[in-house]
Order: sequence, then structure tokens, then C-alpha cells
Amino acid sequence: MPKRLFRWQYALVALVFAGLVLLPFSGDAYYTAIFIIIAIHSMLVIGLCLLMGYTGQVSLGHAAFYGMGAFISAILTVTYNWSPWLAMPLAALSTGVIAYLIGLPLLRLRGNYLAMGTLGMGIIFFILFNELDQYTGGPSGLPGVPGLSVGGFSFDTDFRYYYLVWSVCAVMLLVSWNIIRSRTGRALRAIHGSEAASEAVGIDVPQFKIKVFVLSAIFASIAGSLYVHYLSYVSPNPFEFMFSIRLVVMAVIGGLANIWGAVFGTGAVTMMDQHLGTFGELDVILFGLILVLVMIFMPRGLVPGIVGLWEKWKNRRTKAKA
Amino acid sequence: MSSDQLAQYLFTGLTQGSLYALIALGFAITYTVTGIINFAQGEFVMLGGMLSYLVLDDLHLPIAVAFLIAVIAVSLVGILLERLAIRPAKDAPPVSLIIITIGAAIFIRGMVQQFISKDAVPIPPFTGNGTFSVLGAVVTYQSLWVIGIALVSVVGFYLLLSRTMIGKALRACSINKRAASLMGIDARNMSTLSFLISAALGAIGGIVIAPLAFTQATIGVALGLKGFVAAAIGGFVNLPLIVAGALGLGIVEQLGGATLSAYKDAIAIGALLLVLIIRARWLQTAAGSE
Repeated sequence: MPKRLFRWQYALVALVFAGLVLLPFSGDAYYTAIFIIIAIHSMLVIGLCLLMGYTGQVSLGHAAFYGMGAFISAILTVTYNWSPWLAMPLAALSTGVIAYLIGLPLLRLRGNYLAMGTLGMGIIFFILFNELDQYTGGPSGLPGVPGLSVGGFSFDTDFRYYYLVWSVCAVMLLVSWNIIRSRTGRALRAIHGSEAASEAVGIDVPQFKIKVFVLSAIFASIAGSLYVHYLSYVSPNPFEFMFSIRLVVMAVIGGLANIWGAVFGTGAVTMMDQHLGTFGELDVILFGLILVLVMIFMPRGLVPGIVGLWEKWKNRRTKAKA
Repeated sequence: MSSDQLAQYLFTGLTQGSLYALIALGFAITYTVTGIINFAQGEFVMLGGMLSYLVLDDLHLPIAVAFLIAVIAVSLVGILLERLAIRPAKDAPPVSLIIITIGAAIFIRGMVQQFISKDAVPIPPFTGNGTFSVLGAVVTYQSLWVIGIALVSVVGFYLLLSRTMIGKALRACSINKRAASLMGIDARNMSTLSFLISAALGAIGGIVIAPLAFTQATIGVALGLKGFVAAAIGGFVNLPLIVAGALGLGIVEQLGGATLSAYKDAIAIGALLLVLIIRARWLQTAAGSE
């Protein structure tokens, strides 16, 4: 890769970082609220990138883990009056254990079978969120989820919550970045390349697959907890099949194997939602088109595809000069 | 459970299972000919139901005409899907192809929600609301239509594959595409044809079941999953086993739902996943990696 691209990339990251830190100071309540949601959804997409982009394991049911985090946090704090700070780790832990138990049989499936399997898993949990109404409140949901506070400091304004969720998101990005650049990350990419070849060089394929699956489920659960403490209300609707697909759209736009792109893709889709919301089902139609077109013309994802085109064009120009 | 109830569940299960059989055969023909699992398969069913509603409601045509128009329209959608989305990405990795057909599925779903209806649509039974009783079970005329038309379609599908030149060409492509090309078979046309057939089968199922079920833009996903499992039971190639699997799923689903009605779908899908996991291990080992 050319050196200049690196410098260009760092400059862009610095700019985006500065923009994110300063955004709430603009006093724009609308965008502050939207960027809180972007941070929460980014956590989901980062996990999905690790699972789908790096390891090559499709999940069409990730909304289930998001819902688990949300409902476990809500039930423990509302029905049992637990502290949110106890409920959140317990939700993450239980979601991780459930993901492990589901993953053991499910991750033996490959390709199309795994996609169908996770899709079924998502549908089952959506039904459970609706039907276990003595715990979840059923379709009408659970109101009165408490907000978050530390000591006397309460995250009760969007301004404060914004920094909380983006900090958590940043931690997840760093954790993921470290994983990707480690031995584990190389193993994951090897599994994506070929499971048989990975096994042949001594990589414990099932072990790595389930680890990533559980990690992405835990990310999703934490996102779910942060979501309900922000909204102070939870109902099953946000955790349906279409949301799982929406997460895939976000990952595809950002570049499947690109955790920084995950945040960008999430932002792009959320913005599109905001502007298309008034046009009926146009968002669903548009997302369908994006998935088809991006995968045909830029299989690595929209952002890496565009960067690739730009590099190609630049190389051609340099060659023409020489 | 009394024998009357048992008979009732059996008939309802057979009706539902007939629909799954049509969906499963759709999966099987596209998978064997092109190697692609079409995640938009369930949307063909939904589209068949919704389009026949559109034709009946707006044009007030007789049901037989609406049936034909809807089947032809959905078949065209199948052709377009293959030409515009599948063919340009023929050599893409499996993950990309999954995402492409998922994208096509939600595109179709969005179009239906936008331009036909977001709500469940009613379609009148083909021949009135009559019922009769067999072995103590109440059977509607419409379920006879479902079972009958599904049976005709399955037999037609079998004859097409086993008795015609086109069927031979399709089977040749599923065995070895390159060798088939060398024998003068246009493998690309066969790929389009397989999508046409699967779309038509799905549409037929969607139209005949519509008077008995809620037809809504969102029904495609779960139906697709059920048809997929039935197809997997038969390993995508064994036609009798696929049909038996589909009918079995329909009946088991009814019996399971009878005991715990609120969780009917959750139990049914849980059972499907179990079958899928057991059966897929088998298929995957048989086919080697991927």
C-alpha cells in the first residue's frame, strides 16, 4: 500500500475523532441524540464485522443478542430493582453463555446452512420476547427503566450519555483492533480463507469461531443494555428480523472486514433512515438495492470498494506521468 | 388427544406441508442447477399471494385468470432476479451470494409494502367457504385445492425433469456444468430456467394457500426457512424425500402447536433448526468442505 494513503487515512481519522468529540458542544440536540444511537448500533456492527467480515461466518439473527441484553437489563432493574451497573454485566454474561450454548451446535453449520440457522434463531428469540410477557411485558413492553448514574453523577442528559456511549464504543473498537492485529486475528482471517487449510496448519477452527461468536454477542448485549437505559423503555419491536438485516447493510456499506468502516456504515444507514423515514418503505427498498449492488460490484464493501477505485485511478495517473 | 383432533391436525398439517413442498422444490432446483441458495425463495410465495390479491381486487377478474397472471408475473420476477442479481455475481464467494439474495428478498418485500399493501390481505376461497368431514376432521374445499394443485405441480415438476429434453439438460447442468456445455447445453439459460421454475412453484403455493392464511409482505422469511429445511432433509436432490420431509414438517408443526399454541412458531422453528443441524452435518460431510 502506498505510504501517502496512510497519512491521508490518519488525517481523516483525526478529523472524524475531533468532530465526534466536539459534536455535543454544538448544542444541536437532534444530532446529539442521533449520534447516541449511532454509537449504540456501531457496537453491534463492530461485533458483526469480526464475525462476518474477518471470520466469514454469516449471522442473520444478531438482533436476538441485542434484545437479550436489552431485556435482561430492563427486567433486572425494573422488576427486581437491581442496580443497572450490576444488571449490565450480568446481562452480558448471560448473553455470552446463551450465545456459547447456541453456537456450539449452530456454528457447525457452514455457509448457507449457518445463515438459515441464525435467521431461525433470530425469529425464535423475537417470538420469545413477545410471548414471555410475564417477564418482558409482551408486545406493549416494559416502561420505567432507570437511567445510569455513578455516585451523584447522573447520565441524565443526552450531552452526558453521548460521551458515555462513545467511550464504550471506543473501547470495543480498541479491543477489536487488538484482536485483529494479533495471532487470533490472523487465525480468524485464515478461517475465512479456508476452514480446511486452517485446520491443516493447526488452527482450532471451532474454538476460534465460537469465541468470536460469543464476543460479538457480548458486544450486542452491552449495546442492548445501553439502549434501554437511554430510552427508559423496552419493547420487542426493535429486535425483529429486519433489524438484523439492517445491521448487515451497515456492515456492507462500511466494508465487511473493516471495524472503522463499521462505525461509518452505521452512521450512513442511520442518516438515511432519518431522511427516508417519511417516504414509507423506501428505506427497505433502498437497503435491498444497496446489498445487491454493493455485493455485485464491490464485494469487499462500499467504502473499501470506493477507496480501491480511487487508488487504481491514482496509480494509473502516476504511470501515465512516468 | 381424540382421534377427531388427530385427524384435524393431520389434514391441516398436510395442507401446510404441501406449501412447504413447493417451496422446497424451488430451493432444490435452483441449488442443484446453480449451486445457489436463494434466500428470496419465500418472497416468491408472498409475491404470488399479494399479486393475486392485487389482480382480484383491482381488476375483478375470475380467480383462474388472476392465478395465471400472478404465476406469470412472479416467474418474470424470478427471471429478472437471475439475470440482474445472480448472473453478474456468478463467481462471488458464498457470503456475497447470501447477501445478494437477502438483498433481493427485502427489496421485493419493500416494493410490496410500498405499492400493494402493508397489511394482511384477504383472498376469497376458490370455490366458496364449504367444508366437509373426513374421519371426524373438518376439511375446507380450499385445502383440497391446496393439496390438489400442489400434487399436480409436484408431478409436473417430476415429469419435466425426467421425461423432457429440457429436464435432461437441467439435470445435466446439476451434475457437471462444463460437460453439459460441451454437449451443447446452454448452461446459462438453464440457470435462468431454474429460477423461473422455482419462482413459479413458489407463486403457485402462495396463491393457493392465501385464502387459508394471512398473506402479508412479511411472511416470506419464515416460509423460506421451512421450505429450506424440507429441501435439506432430502439433500436437495432426493425428490420423494423432500416432499415427505415437507409434509412431515407440516404435520409435526401442527401437533407441536396443539400442545403449546403461543410458542407454536418458536417450537416449530426450533425443531427445524434441530433437523437442519443434524441433516446438514451429514450433507456437509458428504460434500466435503463448503
